Amino acid sequence: MKTFVVAAGLAAASISPAFAQDAKRIEALEARIKVLEASAAQMQKQAADAAEALKAAQAEIDELKHAAPAEATAAAPEDAPEAQAEAPAEGVASAEDATAPASADATSPNAFNPAISIILNGQYAHHSLNPDDYVRAGFPLAGDAGPGPQGLSLGESEVAFSSNIDDKFYGQLTLTVHNEDGEDHVGVEEAYIDTTSMPDGFSLRAGRFFSNVGYLNSHHPHTDKFADRPLPYQAFLGNQYGDDGVQLRWVAPTDLFFELGGEVLRGQNFPSGGAGHAGTGVKTAFAHLGGDVGIENSWLAGVSVLKSQTDGAEDGFRGDETLWIADATWKWAPGGNTKDGGIQLRSEYFREDRDGLYVDALDPAFNQLWSGQRSGAYVEGVWRINRLWETGYRYDKLWGDNEGPYASTFDPYRHTLMAAWRNSEFSMIRLQVSHDKPNGTDTDNTVTLQYQTSLGAHGAHKF
Amino acid sequence: MKKQIVALLMLGLFAGNAAAAKLKVFACEPEWGALVQEVAGDKVDLSVGTSALQDVHQIDAKPSLIAKVRQADLLVCTGADLEVGWLPQLIRQAGNARVASGPGYFMADDQVATLDRPSKLDRAAGDIHPQGNPHIQLDPYRVLKVANALEMRLASLDAANAAEYKKRLGDFTTRWQAATKRWEAKAAPLKGKKIVVHHISWVYLEKWLGLQEIGALEPKPGVPPTSGHLSSLIATTKSAGTYAIISAAYQDPKPARWLSDRTGVPAVVLPFTVGGDAQSKDLFGLYDSTIDKLLGAAK
Repeated sequence: MKTFVVAAGLAAASISPAFAQDAKRIEALEARIKVLEASAAQMQKQAADAAEALKAAQAEIDELKHAAPAEATAAAPEDAPEAQAEAPAEGVASAEDATAPASADATSPNAFNPAISIILNGQYAHHSLNPDDYVRAGFPLAGDAGPGPQGLSLGESEVAFSSNIDDKFYGQLTLTVHNEDGEDHVGVEEAYIDTTSMPDGFSLRAGRFFSNVGYLNSHHPHTDKFADRPLPYQAFLGNQYGDDGVQLRWVAPTDLFFELGGEVLRGQNFPSGGAGHAGTGVKTAFAHLGGDVGIENSWLAGVSVLKSQTDGAEDGFRGDETLWIADATWKWAPGGNTKDGGIQLRSEYFREDRDGLYVDALDPAFNQLWSGQRSGAYVEGVWRINRLWETGYRYDKLWGDNEGPYASTFDPYRHTLMAAWRNSEFSMIRLQVSHDKPNGTDTDNTVTLQYQTSLGAHGAHKF
Repeated sequence: MKKQIVALLMLGLFAGNAAAAKLKVFACEPEWGALVQEVAGDKVDLSVGTSALQDVHQIDAKPSLIAKVRQADLLVCTGADLEVGWLPQLIRQAGNARVASGPGYFMADDQVATLDRPSKLDRAAGDIHPQGNPHIQLDPYRVLKVANALEMRLASLDAANAAEYKKRLGDFTTRWQAATKRWEAKAAPLKGKKIVVHHISWVYLEKWLGLQEIGALEPKPGVPPTSGHLSSLIATTKSAGTYAIISAAYQDPKPARWLSDRTGVPAVVLPFTVGGDAQSKDLFGLYDSTIDKLLGAAK
């Protein structure tokens, strides 16, 4: 520092006008250099003082840091390794008050990476009825409906990226890996943007997403309480209806939660098909109401309708379809702590009207009238025993049509029991047994053991 | 043209309503609700999302909360990822641009420096908070810093009442600083005392009062302890001359009682936040009760 100042001074002196012999000038410069030197010395002293203070503070911190384990060690020698191992395990960086709350990674280009969360799951299932021979009376298996594979299998693994795009948009991409006949396929399950800055409670979503009809449809399966979707979801929505489209939602400025919305979707996937009506084959509308009763009870109920102009669905349907869904959820938790105990009840009712034709995919000349009604419902109750354990029961049933291409007089039903153990919010192991009557002659008794984990960004789940 | 006039009229109506109505504040936790109450009094409409008997790490994004966030002009929450499991969902579902980011989004932990920033991020250590320990409400100095920042935020959002906020903050500061001195004098005997905690949510209180944490029943956040850990904790608690075993009002008192029964060290349930016991009606009561109960452990 000092040498630099002197050098700078000398340089200044040498550049100064050629007539530097002027004694007065040199004197003035010398005086200035002295002043500069003095201030440099002062700065050095200040820096040294600061360093010393920092050292003292560091020593104090270290003393504090070491005090606890050292004393514990002295007091309980047999626990010494444990106590020592614990101190770092708590991950204390001992950031003192002076540390600014800014992140150290802020300068790295990765700082803007979206939040990444990964769902990993797998299962072992034993079916008493060979899944290849499984026939559901009145309801052909379309979409992802069906009993699931026999034996060991990897569930749907999922990677989701999400982030604010800018001050007006939020984006999310969910990729899934699933296995079809021994081959792995990567699919885009969801890829959408949401507006975050529309006024008055409106928000718009565009892209590929799960429709907001009903209760379970917009929920990812890893948040479900059972290992598979209820029969009505399998029969009427192919497990879960997602498609390309736009959605407008409005939340009312009321104390009671009230949400209204509608969607226009492509109509590519079951229950639709063929992207009819020039690629806008499906329209939906939904309304949800919700609130609390005291601090221990909360509820959510809704009505939704899905209308599809179907141009060749997986089950051979061509024509107009209207699906009504009513859903109701009630949660009770002691003290409002849903993760430590409580009961959750849910029921949904489906009613489907079809007006069109059944057209054989292999032989389009073969067709017959298909107009009629079918319906389905499920009720489930889950008891959260404590933070680790929960158990639940579900009953689901379908009512087929007595006429038409899938005429049936038998109504399929199923009983399901499950128990789940959670080590943390991020991991769960579930055992499920079910007794399924898919048709008049067969019974499928199933035992499923499943693990489900999430890693990466901490998820925030819907009610 | 007619349509435009109607639109303008409606806009005027909305704007008129906004100007006449009180600022709506949503506080995620009771301690910040109490602080808003101190600084803003009845100049704002306050709603509090959780109670002292709830574990704020684990809240459902329930419909009633979405409805509250939908109506809010200002969110006052802890931040530092404490509410990461529910607040982002509430904000996204509420469709309320006023609080999604910017001035309507006030996080207490952004106003102060946090302690215990993990040097290593690994979920094997449990549900750790990358931004440090978020539970700052039991450090009076940090609370005062938050109060100052909150007053500035309120004044910028609601200029009409800025003078009132300033006056109330001045009044609060005087009372708070006097109370802090009183608490520090009263709590002097606690200095250097060793405690075992349920969850590591007391670091700010410990640092302030000079308490020394020698162990935790649940050392990894969100992960239940192993039996090996618990048995070693009995030995540590017994031999270290532990003063008390601390848990919060919202936590299951059984593990602390279990350890107390086996070690003879008293278990103390502290309110943790406003509303955690009968005495903790406001922030002052919270601190009074916390110190009284800690001192009471000696008897």
